[in-house]
Amino acid sequence: MSVLVYAEHDNKALNAVTLSVIAAAQKIGGDITVLVAGENANAVAEEAAKAEGVSKVLLADNAAYANQLAENVAELVAEVGKDYTHILAAATTSGKNFAPRVAALLDVNMISEISAVESADTFKRPIYAGNAIATVQSDDAIKVLTVRGTAFDAVAAEGGSAAVESIDIAKDAGISSFVGEELAKSDRPDLTAAKVVISGGRGMQNGENFEMLYNLADKLGAAVGASRAAVDAGYVPNDLQVGQTGKIVAPELYIAVGISGAIQHLAGMKDSKVIVAINKDEEAPIFQVADYGLVADLFDAVPELDAKL
Amino acid sequence: MKVLVPIKRVVDHNVKVRVKADNSGVDLANVKMAMNPFCEIAVEEAVRLKESGAVSEIVVVTIGAKAADEQLRTALALGADRAIRVETEEDAQPLAIAKALKAVYDKESPNLVILGKQAIDGDNNQTGQMFAALAGLPQGTFASEVKVEGDKVQVTREIDGGLQTVELSLPAVVTTDLRLNEPRYASLPNIMKAKKKPLDVLSADEVGVDFTPKVKVLKVEAPAEREAGIIVGSVDELVEKLKNEAKVI
Ligand SMILES: Cc1cc2nc3c(=O)[nH]c(=O)nc-3n(C[C@H](O)[C@H](O)[C@H](O)COP(=O)(O)OP(=O)(O)OC[C@H]3O[C@@H](n4cnc5c(N)ncnc54)[C@H](O)[C@@H]3O)c2cc1C
Ligand SMILES: Nc1ncnc2c1ncn2[C@@H]1O[C@H](COP(=O)(O)O)[C@@H](O)[C@H]1O
Repeated sequence: MSVLVYAEHDNKALNAVTLSVIAAAQKIGGDITVLVAGENANAVAEEAAKAEGVSKVLLADNAAYANQLAENVAELVAEVGKDYTHILAAATTSGKNFAPRVAALLDVNMISEISAVESADTFKRPIYAGNAIATVQSDDAIKVLTVRGTAFDAVAAEGGSAAVESIDIAKDAGISSFVGEELAKSDRPDLTAAKVVISGGRGMQNGENFEMLYNLADKLGAAVGASRAAVDAGYVPNDLQVGQTGKIVAPELYIAVGISGAIQHLAGMKDSKVIVAINKDEEAPIFQVADYGLVADLFDAVPELDAKL
Repeated sequence: MKVLVPIKRVVDHNVKVRVKADNSGVDLANVKMAMNPFCEIAVEEAVRLKESGAVSEIVVVTIGAKAADEQLRTALALGADRAIRVETEEDAQPLAIAKALKAVYDKESPNLVILGKQAIDGDNNQTGQMFAALAGLPQGTFASEVKVEGDKVQVTREIDGGLQTVELSLPAVVTTDLRLNEPRYASLPNIMKAKKKPLDVLSADEVGVDFTPKVKVLKVEAPAEREAGIIVGSVDELVEKLKNEAKVI
């Protein structure tokens, strides 16, 4: 067995989710090669080489990969990946974007967002917004998988000493180009990696009221998330959405404020260790998954909580 | 310009599905079915492009059993012009669906293919990207804005860090995210009119695809239940529990 792990990064640093993907690769077994595709991404390759369990790092440094355009990256990964038994990427918007293309180019099926490795060909994955867990088996010669980061404990970032090998494969499909991006800037921890997450829903009423949650978050070193309703209403940016079709989080502590607990929201947070719900409606479904429920008006409870921490 | 919109019949998003006692799958008997919400957004986007004059014809397509005609009719009532159903009783998987879509694409030669980003039953998020690869087309996935300009389309994408804009040469593939638009409801006169719009059925042989599932589902289980929690009486009690019982702050 030989596993190719696609590194997620911003050309400067390795995204920590890759360490969880490597952990999933270890469960499969065999040699683990990390592929870093980017532009001037040497530092990323060096970082990947230090990760626990990695035997080799391939660096494809080319302008065509600078912005992770799926058309270009997929061609590269399909070409490099054809010599491996498994190709793994994180189930992030980047992995979800190119991995199915890789599978189609290799004429194999793909298994999305695995949450457990049963054996080299058998995996578990949530379906129906996490209301069911399927165990699936693939007999494809090459298994293309995306990995749910929160389901695997990251390998150590230091301690390894893999060799970095440059590969000169330039794949520019020439059919798409990068125009620009608006990235959220925040000093708070990343939503998917934070130990504490405080999310607000429609009950927050507007964007200004989210300040209360930001203040609380800063006290607890937490990240701030939101329900779809809060994002749709424009209270907060889209990248804060937690749920079936947003981000999956599993922090030590998740505090849901003014969120009803629709199945689509629960799908994104119910693997959190401890869940707190603050809602004025005692019938709200969020209380069914909460370890500690507080039936209260959030406009009283949140300032009080802030004062007492 | 012609737009192709692949849609899927799925369990209604308000239904909390239950796993079958024999762990062979989820119980869909007598459960409300509907068009996948992301496909509704795809149909709506196509209709808006048509209303803006950028698009002249909308063809909707589904791969599935006869029951899915209901969702095709809904799409026709929302403003699609024609429908195609590729017949199969199998629970077809994304690669096979993408291959069937490629066959339909070759027949229809649309300039734009708009799919949902994800079907809310299997939560695969694969079909659009796979189809794009098979057809050699560029893709703008998780779209929150689509602007057609001449022979290009600009797509703003919802990505983990925020928003990203890419430019694709047409023909191209777009997959929809939640914020792209808010789908309309079909009016009664349009529902009546939709009954007369063409709906063609193709066999699996005609598209040359074997729909037998390749990824085997060994079992389907209910997720681990969380243990029942408690209702605390005050903020003080909450803080006390978080500090001393859960030890998370
Ligand atoms: C295809 C699809 C995908 C979806 N994906 C997602 C997803 O990824 N993530 C997601 O979150 N949702 C998703 N949804 C939406 C989901 O179904 C719900 O509509 C959404 O989660 C509701 O958000 P909410 O709980 O903030 O709003 P509501 O359901 O309106 O709940 C607001 C809550 O706030 C409480 N409240 C109001 N005022 C106060 C107050 N002053 N003090 C205390 N409590 C108060 C109310 O009692 C209520 O329980 C999706 C839906 C579809 C159809
Ligand atoms: N059986 C199908 N027939 C037509 N289109 C489909 C089918 N299954 C999936 N799709 C399209 O692909 C999108 C993503 O589905 P999936 O990859 O299954 O998550 C859906 O929103 C549809 O637009």
